[in-house]
Amino acid sequence: MTRLFGARVKRNEDPRLLTGRAQFVDDVHLPDLAHVAFKRSDYAHARLLNVDVAAARAMPGVIAVYTAADLGDFWQPSPLLVPPPPTQHIVFHQRTAGQLARDKVRYVGEPVAMVVAESRYLAEDAAETIVVDYDPLPAVVDLEAAVDSPAGLVHEDVAANIAAHVIQEKGHYPAAQAAAAVVIRRRFLYDRGTAAPMEGRGVVAQFDPLANHLTVWDSTQAPIPIRNGLARMLGLSERQVRVIAPFVGGGFGPKIMMFYPEETLVPWAAIRLGRPLKWIEDRLENFLAMTQERGQVHESEMALTRDGKILGVKDIFLHDTGAYDPYGLTVPLNTQCTLLGPYVVPDYYTEFKAVFTNKIIVTPYRGAGRQHGVFVMERLLDIAAKELGIDPLEIRRRNLIPPDQFPYCNEIIFQDFTKLTYDSGNYEPILEKAKAMIGWDAFHQEEGPRLRAAGKRVGIGLVLYVEGTGIGPYEGARVQIEPSGKLTVVTGVGTQGQGHYTSFAQIAAAVLDLPLEDVLVSTGDTGQFNWGTGTFASRGAVVAGSAVHSAAVMVRAKALKLAAEVLEAAEEDIELVAGHAQVRGTPGARISLAELAGRANPLRGAVQPGTEPGLEATAYFGPPMGATASGAHALVLEVDPETCDVKIHRYVVVHDCGRVINPLILEGQVHGGVAQGIGNVFYEQLIYDEHGQLLNASFMDYLLPTANDVPRVAVGHEETPSPLNPIGVKGAGEAGAIPVGPLFAQALENALADTGIEIREIPLSPSRLWELVQEATAAHPPATG
Amino acid sequence: MSHEITLTVNDQAYTRVVDSRLLLSDFLRHTLNLTGTHVGCEHGVCGACTVLLDGVAVRSCLTFAVQAQGHAVTTVEGLASDPAHLHPIQQAFWEAHGLQCGFCTPGFLMTLVPFLHENPDPTEAQIRDALSGNLCRCTGYQFIVDAVRLAAEKLRAAPAGAAGGGL
Repeated sequence: MTRLFGARVKRNEDPRLLTGRAQFVDDVHLPDLAHVAFKRSDYAHARLLNVDVAAARAMPGVIAVYTAADLGDFWQPSPLLVPPPPTQHIVFHQRTAGQLARDKVRYVGEPVAMVVAESRYLAEDAAETIVVDYDPLPAVVDLEAAVDSPAGLVHEDVAANIAAHVIQEKGHYPAAQAAAAVVIRRRFLYDRGTAAPMEGRGVVAQFDPLANHLTVWDSTQAPIPIRNGLARMLGLSERQVRVIAPFVGGGFGPKIMMFYPEETLVPWAAIRLGRPLKWIEDRLENFLAMTQERGQVHESEMALTRDGKILGVKDIFLHDTGAYDPYGLTVPLNTQCTLLGPYVVPDYYTEFKAVFTNKIIVTPYRGAGRQHGVFVMERLLDIAAKELGIDPLEIRRRNLIPPDQFPYCNEIIFQDFTKLTYDSGNYEPILEKAKAMIGWDAFHQEEGPRLRAAGKRVGIGLVLYVEGTGIGPYEGARVQIEPSGKLTVVTGVGTQGQGHYTSFAQIAAAVLDLPLEDVLVSTGDTGQFNWGTGTFASRGAVVAGSAVHSAAVMVRAKALKLAAEVLEAAEEDIELVAGHAQVRGTPGARISLAELAGRANPLRGAVQPGTEPGLEATAYFGPPMGATASGAHALVLEVDPETCDVKIHRYVVVHDCGRVINPLILEGQVHGGVAQGIGNVFYEQLIYDEHGQLLNASFMDYLLPTANDVPRVAVGHEETPSPLNPIGVKGAGEAGAIPVGPLFAQALENALADTGIEIREIPLSPSRLWELVQEATAAHPPATG
Repeated sequence: MSHEITLTVNDQAYTRVVDSRLLLSDFLRHTLNLTGTHVGCEHGVCGACTVLLDGVAVRSCLTFAVQAQGHAVTTVEGLASDPAHLHPIQQAFWEAHGLQCGFCTPGFLMTLVPFLHENPDPTEAQIRDALSGNLCRCTGYQFIVDAVRLAAEKLRAAPAGAAGGGL
C-alpha cells in the first residue's frame, strides 16, 4: 500500500458540510410534504384509560390522528435487536414496546398518539389538544428499590422488575479470596447521561404508488437493518424499500437503536395517506424519547497478594435497562467484559441483574457499558495500592498481561457471543509513554510540591483500559473504477462524522494508486449497497474498512489481468502507477485505468466464461471476533478549594488502535471522546425525581461541555497491529470517552489527599464534590497542632 | 396572523407572506430552502442556528421571521459561492479538521465572522470565550480552536475585502 494509507489528509466530505450544502434529514424537501408531531406520556407509570383525539382531528390543517387503537394489525411490539447471550442459567425477559402506548405508559415521553398536519406548527397545536385520561401508578425510579422493595411492577408479569440475570465466571473466585493477603470491598455508583447529538432523530418517508416503492430518509446508524425491518413490518419486499441515512448530525450510539416507534409509524402513515411525511425530533423530545445510558450499582471486591498481584475479582451489579429491553444485554455484557482491562485476573466472578424502571430505554451510548467496568477495576486498583502502600502505576505494571501472552483468552462471553479474547496488545509501553507525556515524575518531585506549597490543590492521575472493537458479523463494499477514471467505493454502513468518506477512500486509493480526490465514497444508502449491519462498537474502519480493502485488491487483480492482455505482457510485470497500468521497466507501454475500465465493458465481443464486465468487485469481511484496542489517559487537574470547580491543566491520551488510517481523523475522534467523557464525569447528569420526571431536559439545565471546559488533549500513538484483519486496524471511536471517570477520581483523590476523600461515584459536579469533601473531612478531621 | 415581509438574504431580496409565529430559522430553512442553517435545540443554547442580522450574530431559532423585516440576513450559504471557493474561515476549518459530523459547523462559522472582524489576532482564551456559546458534541473543540487561529492568519494575510465582500 502506498503512502495514502496512514496519511494525515483533510477530509473529502468537508467542503459540502462547510458550505451548507450537505443534506441532513430535515433538509429533505418534497412536494406535498406533511408533518408529524407526537403526543407523549406525561406520566412515568400510569394506566391509559382513554385518549380523546376528537378536538385534534377537527382542527384545520390536521390530516390524521392515530392512537394505538387506530393502528390495527400494524400495532406490534418492536423486535428484539440482540438476543440474549449463550451463557448458562441465563434469565432474560423480552419486553419491547408497541409503536403507541396501549393500556399502560411506562416512561415520560412514551408516544401515545401521532398527529399528521400540513405544518409542524399545526401538528404540535393539535397534539396539545389531545386529552389523555391516566390512572397514575407509583413510578419505579430508583434502581435498588426497584428490585428490593418494588413500589410497582413496570411489567406486571416480571417479578421484582428483573429483566435479566446473568452470571459469568473465569476460574474460581472463592479460591482467590481464600488465598488473598488483602481483599478490597467497595460499592460503586454510575448514573445516567444522554448522548445529545447536535442533530436529533428524524424520519422522512415517501411512497410512490406508481413505482410501488417506499423511500425513507432516516437519521440512523443502521440503514440496512432499518430497511430490512421496515420491509417486513410493512409487508413489502426489501427491494421495494430504500432507506437513506444522509449526513447524520452525530449518533454516538442511540441512533443504532431500532426500531424507534417514530421510525416505523412515519413510513406506515405515509403509505396510508399517500403523502410524504416528515418528523423531526425537537430537543425536548430528544431528552425524553431518545435512548440513554449508564445507571448501574456495583458491589465489587478484589483479592490481592501482599505485593499487589491480583488473585481475583468479584463484581455483582444492577443495571438499569429502562422501561423496555429491545437492545438485549449488550451494555451490561460490555461492563462485565471490559472490567478485566489490560490485567491478568486469574479468577473472576461477575453477576448482574438488568432491571426495568419507569425511565427511558437504555441502549449503547459511546462506551456502551465499558465505562462502568473500567471505573470499577481502576478504582479497586487505586484503593488496593493505597492500602498496600504501592505506587498506583507500579500496581498496574505488576498486573499487566505480558506481550508474549497474546492472543489472551478471558473465557467469559463478550457482546459478540465469542469468548472474550484479546487479539494483540503491548501495554507497558503505553503506560510508560503516558507517564512521560504527562510528566509524572516531575509532578511528584517538583511541580506538585511547589504548587501545593503555594496553596494550590493539584492532583495527577493515570489509568489504563482496553476496548473491544470491530466486532462482526460482517460488512461489505463494492469498488469500481469507472470509465472516467474515477473510483467509487460503496458500503452499507452509515456515517455520523467519523470521516468514512475519506478513510475508506484512502484505503481503496492506496491499493489502486489513485489520487484521493478521484475517489467517491457512498455510505448509508440501501439503494447503493444491499448488505450490512451498521456503525456501532467502533467497527466502521475495522470491518467495513477491511471489506473496502479486499474489494480494492480484487479490482486491482482484474486491472492487472486485463492490462497484461492489452499490453501483451506477463501479469506479474504490470504495475499500477498514478492512474495507469504499465509494464515495469517500460514506462512507454502503459494504459490508463480509465481506458481499461472502458475496455472491461465492451460494446462488442462477449464476456468470457468465468469473467465479469467492468473493473468492479464486491467483497465482504467478517472478523472471527473483535479487535481489542488499548490505551492510557493521564491528567493534571486543580480543584478550587472554595467552589470545588475543577480546572484541567493538561490531558494526555496514549492510544493503540493498531495501524492508523488517518492520524488527523483519529485524533479528532479521541478529542471528541475525551470531551464527552469529561461531560459525563463532571457536568452531565440526568436528574429524575421520585415520580420519574426528568427535571433537566434542556441545554440550559443539562450542561454539555463548552470550549471553555474542554482542555487541549495531547495524543500519543502506539501501534500493535491486529492480526484479525488485512489492514491491521482496531476501532478508535469510543476510546476517548471510556476511562475518564476513574482518571478524575484518582487525580481528585491526589489533589484532596489531606481530606481522605475516596471517589466511588460518577457523575460528579462541583457541588457533589464539595459534599464529598465535607463528608470526608467530617469522617477524618485533620490533625490539629 | 400573517404579514408580508421584505428582507435580503445573502444579498438577494425576498418578499414573502409569513405567519407571525414563524421562526427565522424555519423561514430560512423551509420557506427559502436555505438548509445550511441548522437547528439543534430551538431554545437558544446550542448556537447551531446562528446567522448574521445586519452583520451581527443572532440565534435564528429565537428570532421571528417578521423581526427580520427590512434587515439583511447572511447565512452560511452566503460565505462561499460553492464548495470549490471557500471563505478563509471555511478553508481553515477544512485544513485544521475543525468539524466531524458538521451539523454545528455553520453556526460556528457565522459566530466567527464578526468575531474575527473585531478581533483579527485573538488569543486562545479569547477564541474559547467566543466559541463558548456554540456547542459541538464531536470535536472536543481543540481543532476548532486551531481552525480559528488559522482563519485569523488567513484573514490577516488576505487583501482587504477579498473575503466575500467584507464578510
